[in-house]
Amino acid sequence: MGIYTIKEIKQLTYDTYEMVLLGDTSWIKAPGQFVNIKIDGLFLRRPLSVCDIEEEHMTLVFKVVGQGTEVMSKMKPSQQLDILCGLGNGYDINIETEKPLLIGGGCGVPPLYYLAKMLIKKGRKPSVILGFNKKDDVFYEDEFKALGCNVHVCSVDGSCGYKGFATDALGMIDYDYVYTCGPEPMLKAVYGKTSVPGQYSFEERMGCGFGACMGCTCKTKYGYKRICKDGPVLFKEEIIW
Amino acid sequence: MVSLKVNLSGLELSNPIIPASGCFGYGKEFCDYYDINILGSFCTKGTTKDSRFGNDTPRIAETSCGMLNSVGLQNPGINHVVEHELKDIASYYSKPVIVNISGFSIEEYEYCVKRLRGIDNVGLIEVNISCPNVHNGGMSFGTSADMAAKVTKAVVKAADKPVYIKLSPNVTDIVSIAKACEDEGASGICAINTLLGMRIDIKKRKPVLANITGGLSGPAVFPVALRMVYQIYEAVKIPIIGIGGISNADDVIEMMMAGAAAVQVGSMNLVEPYTCKTIIEQLPERLKKLGIDDINKIIGGAHK
Repeated sequence: MGIYTIKEIKQLTYDTYEMVLLGDTSWIKAPGQFVNIKIDGLFLRRPLSVCDIEEEHMTLVFKVVGQGTEVMSKMKPSQQLDILCGLGNGYDINIETEKPLLIGGGCGVPPLYYLAKMLIKKGRKPSVILGFNKKDDVFYEDEFKALGCNVHVCSVDGSCGYKGFATDALGMIDYDYVYTCGPEPMLKAVYGKTSVPGQYSFEERMGCGFGACMGCTCKTKYGYKRICKDGPVLFKEEIIW
Repeated sequence: MVSLKVNLSGLELSNPIIPASGCFGYGKEFCDYYDINILGSFCTKGTTKDSRFGNDTPRIAETSCGMLNSVGLQNPGINHVVEHELKDIASYYSKPVIVNISGFSIEEYEYCVKRLRGIDNVGLIEVNISCPNVHNGGMSFGTSADMAAKVTKAVVKAADKPVYIKLSPNVTDIVSIAKACEDEGASGICAINTLLGMRIDIKKRKPVLANITGGLSGPAVFPVALRMVYQIYEAVKIPIIGIGGISNADDVIEMMMAGAAAVQVGSMNLVEPYTCKTIIEQLPERLKKLGIDDINKIIGGAHK
């Protein structure tokens, strides 16, 4: 919560950027939580998932998709940002699993990095599927490998890694639990093509990001949930498509 | 020492700052940011007789200096609110709240108001006849003086608390509607609700909101709200709560000079959760600089 200073900003691909911020990260309690960033000239804050935290450093990885991320991509080190921090429930990493599989699609990849780190800290060895459209979109493959994850990259056009959607690589991996984040069609495919339990992180247009406006409510088997406050992570058994 | 105390139909408020309905939930989420007991009061999320999911998502769209919403009155229903939310609120907020109710028939409005009888922490009832996001109800009661009068008459009779009617700006003559409410016994007027608007996603070539249209709020609507409060003040004697795009202490002063006895702060709570706290902290200093020792002295001050 409060003011964060940009320490560095790096372009990862033609449209994806990595921003490292300096500030109080103690608000972040779980991987999969997000922050909501005030951008001068825009009324609503911009929600972005947390890619990594380490002591006072918080890493965000974002793709330029609209006005907010466009402005952010042009920001410079030492610039300060007003950020609401530690929003949403995040992934529950206390579930007993032996062979967790992390499936990320495009902009859904970043929060899985901190999740992988936390799972490894708990003594697990996660497998990871990173799904992209094409070779030029790929980021963080080496970072996940450096953590010690078993990494499978997929591209829809076959320009790198395994040719196909992220879910097409499922057959190559031995897993007993799924953590996933990505576009809704991908989440739906993961839901349909896996038979193990898991946690799915959703995206929705938000007003506030902290549960006040009911702008992002969805129906679940456990009742109405606000994606920003009761999510963004839902358990597989509660999801209604 | 500058006095911020105001009085709404007998309800004493320590200051005129009230978070608006739909922008503050039941207050709980804001307790993570500051002690909400500093607020004059707060207005609860709009409640209907039966529980409602509301509209499909996307329910939110951005615009210059504001936002559109089409939440569509998501709420757990008046019985749940009476049995759970209002009791919960008493555990973290020690003052009376303003309960916002809405309906699809006069009977539903009456039902909600009756259900609120005898509840200690209900200070006022705000009757929403102006929600632009629900069909066959909500705003349709607020777009004619006749219908507004009928709802007002029914709720005033059924209520044991002062009733304030929240008006829609999506009308040709808001003044005649305010007068109709006053004539039927409303204790006060809340003005304004959101302005009907829309956005189109130019890549998808379709409306951003699933509901197609939504209510515009935020600083963009402040001058419209101010003008309407000013006009209503000239026509009625009952107190007005000014609502619409208020974001700082100067906006509060301006709105009160137009005629508001208190104000509600809406969308700014969503983008800056500390907005009301900041306003309450800055108001005394701003008033002092203007040579004002009692905020009541500025109410309607621009009309002479």
